[in-house]
Order: sequence, then structure tokens, then C-alpha cells
Amino acid sequence: MSEIVDCRGLSCPEPVMQARQALQQAPEDTVTVIVSNAVARDNVSRAANSMGWQVTVEEDGEDFKLNLNK
Amino acid sequence: MRDRLFIIIAGAVVGLLAVILVMQGNPVNMGFCIACFIRDIAGGLGLHRAAVVQFLRPEIMGLVIGAFITALYVREFKATGGSSPVLRFALGMLMMAGALIFLGCPLRMVLRLAGGDWNALVALPGYVVGVWLGTLFLRRGFTLGRSQEQSPVNGYAGPFLAVVLIILLIAAPAFIFFSEEGPGSMSAPLILTLGAGLLVGVLAQRTRLCTMGAIRDILLFKDFHLFYGLAAIFVIALIGNLFTGQFMPGFAGQPVAHSDSIWNFLGMTVVGLAAVLAGGCPMRQLILTGEGQGDALITVFGMAAGAAFMHNFGLAGSPAGVSPAGQWIVIISLVVLTVIGFGNTAIRSRSTAQNSEQAKAS
Repeated sequence: MSEIVDCRGLSCPEPVMQARQALQQAPEDTVTVIVSNAVARDNVSRAANSMGWQVTVEEDGEDFKLNLNK
Repeated sequence: MRDRLFIIIAGAVVGLLAVILVMQGNPVNMGFCIACFIRDIAGGLGLHRAAVVQFLRPEIMGLVIGAFITALYVREFKATGGSSPVLRFALGMLMMAGALIFLGCPLRMVLRLAGGDWNALVALPGYVVGVWLGTLFLRRGFTLGRSQEQSPVNGYAGPFLAVVLIILLIAAPAFIFFSEEGPGSMSAPLILTLGAGLLVGVLAQRTRLCTMGAIRDILLFKDFHLFYGLAAIFVIALIGNLFTGQFMPGFAGQPVAHSDSIWNFLGMTVVGLAAVLAGGCPMRQLILTGEGQGDALITVFGMAAGAAFMHNFGLAGSPAGVSPAGQWIVIISLVVLTVIGFGNTAIRSRSTAQNSEQAKAS
């Protein structure tokens, strides 16, 4: 079971800050971040990439599920 | 890499358009000034009676509609709202208060710098300090809370109002005010001002260009992405001004500016801090309004109300400087922003503490 960070309804930079914190503290190699706007999707993806994580984006209704893998 | 090139191009277009708009009639170093233009619109609607700054500026409507059309096209339009509307209105007011002390939003600060107005060089570190203070609150866990999805009508409100303002501008009914002298009487032709707004609206929606984010992301994440856009605005506007003879270096006698350095510095500190807490600079709020964010539209309303407040009570800066009452407004703004910053951090950390206590109890 990977860690899930729920950032729905939050605007940047909050999703990026929460995602970065989760990635820094992640005990496992997978973290899922849920965001509800395209800006947060792009920013979290960019931040995760720069920290060396792979990102796959899934559309989940109106939200985006970002699966981050080390 | 492609993203970086795109945001640099977007910034360059903003800088170039700003120079062209001034050549074609906009006030000097005011090709774009989101705060000034919203203030002018507030005046055009009669919300304040400062006769020299009343005009329904089409750049503003263009930005909102450009972002709206783009967001629809790329399926990023989404009606949301309900995240601390009262505080967002207040932050809009405070952002405008600080901008009208300095006489310009962050975008105009960069354009003034590119025009050789060294007062902007004093304001820039003030702005950075304001953004830095904002990041301290963010690191403490400052949040305005989650927004909710709303009916699409909420999201259409902003673009609809923009269209209404364009109709009022063209129809020019007697109850709309038009400055006959001063900055409010100076404007490039409609086709240019509206066109420039639309184009920048499209580019800013795609690139997320934000004059506050540019500084904030460096301080928070050492991320220079947005900064490249801001730097491009400056460089191209500077080159444009040099080539067209609009570069006039100095402190004194700058157009629509004053040299009260301490208040230029602190005015932009207010803008920087308010912009971080509100999640975007004045321009970004217009783009988000076009994307359907009611929270951003509330912030824009707050800015318009702030402009009316500042001019109705004679608090705004002027080429003569900042009045003692205006100086008090800066101090009060900083206090209120600090209260908002700590207030919203406290609520969250308390609820987190409660949660962990509940977790322990169970």
C-alpha cells in the first residue's frame, strides 16, 4: 500500500510542498498524489522529476492521480 | 527544456507588447500594469472619483477572455471556489493598497525598471522581502483551505463580466467615466490594447507566468522556471526601450512615480506578502479568473474595492509622494497581513494537534 497525499482543492505551491515532503520522508518507493487542477499536476510532476522520481499521470474523473515511483 | 523556452518566449512577448503599447499611447512605463488598470476600471465605473484615472482598460478584459478561451480549448476550465472568500477579498484589497502606494503592480515594477526608473530598483528588494515573508508563512503551514468544485455558472461569471465591460467601453453610456486628462486619458487604440490582453492571456494561461511565483519558487524550491519568464519581460522591455528612446534613467521626474524610497520599498513588501498569501500576483489572479476560479475573481473584486478605497480617501501615492495617511495604510496592511498569516497557520496546526491527540486517545 503506497502512501497517498490528497491535495484536491489545494492550489500551488501547497501540493508541491506536501508532495516534496512526502517524497523526502517516503519509506517506500511509491507515493500517490491526488490533485484537482492542471497547474498542480504539472508542478508536482516537475518537482518529482527533479527529485529523481518517475511520474505517471492518471485521470480520475475531474482529478488527476499522480503515481510517483523511485 | 521546451517548457523553459516557451515561458521565455511568453515573457519576451509581454515585454515587447508593453513597449509597443506605450509607443502607441499608453502612459509611460505602463504598457501593462494590472493594478493601475483595475484601478482605472474601478474609476470608469464610478467607484472612485479620481478624475485622472478613470478608464475601462481593455487589457484587463483581454487577459481574462484570452485565458478563458485557452482554458476551454485545453480542457482546463473548471469552476471552483469557496476557499476563504472573505480573506481573499481582503488580500486583494491589501495587494492593491501596496501597489497604489508604489504606483504599480509587480509587472509595472519590472517595466519601470526596464524604463530606467530607479525607484523601481528600491521597490524590488521590498517586493522580494514581502515574498520571502510569505514563504515563511507557507513553511509554517499557511493555507486558505481547499476549494470546491462549483456549478459552471460560477466560473463563467468572470469572463461574462469582462465581455460586459468591453460592451460598456464601446457603447460609452453617460454613467461610465472617461478621464479627459492624466494617465486615464492615455491609451493605445482598442484593437492593440484588447489584442495584447488576449495574446498575453493565452500565453500566461499556458505558461502559468506569475511575477510572485517567479520569486517564491526560487525561495521555496530553488526552482527558476517562472523566473525565466519574468527575466525575459525585463530584458526585452529594456532592449525595446533602449531602441525606441524610451529609456530614461534616474530617480526624479519619472512618469506616474514618486521617490519616497521607504514607502516604495514597503508598499511592494505589502504586495509581495499579500500575493503569496493569495496564491498569485495581480496578473495571475486575472488568468485564474479566466480558468473559472471564483476565488481569484473574489480577489480581483477585492483589488477593485481596494482601489476605490485608496482613491476615495486620498491614500494612494501620487507623483507628489505618499501622504501620512497613506503611510499609515502601509503599516496597517503589514499588520493585517501578519494576522492573516499567523491566523490561518494556527487553525491548521491546532487541528493537526487535535487529530493526533484524538488518534492517541483512540
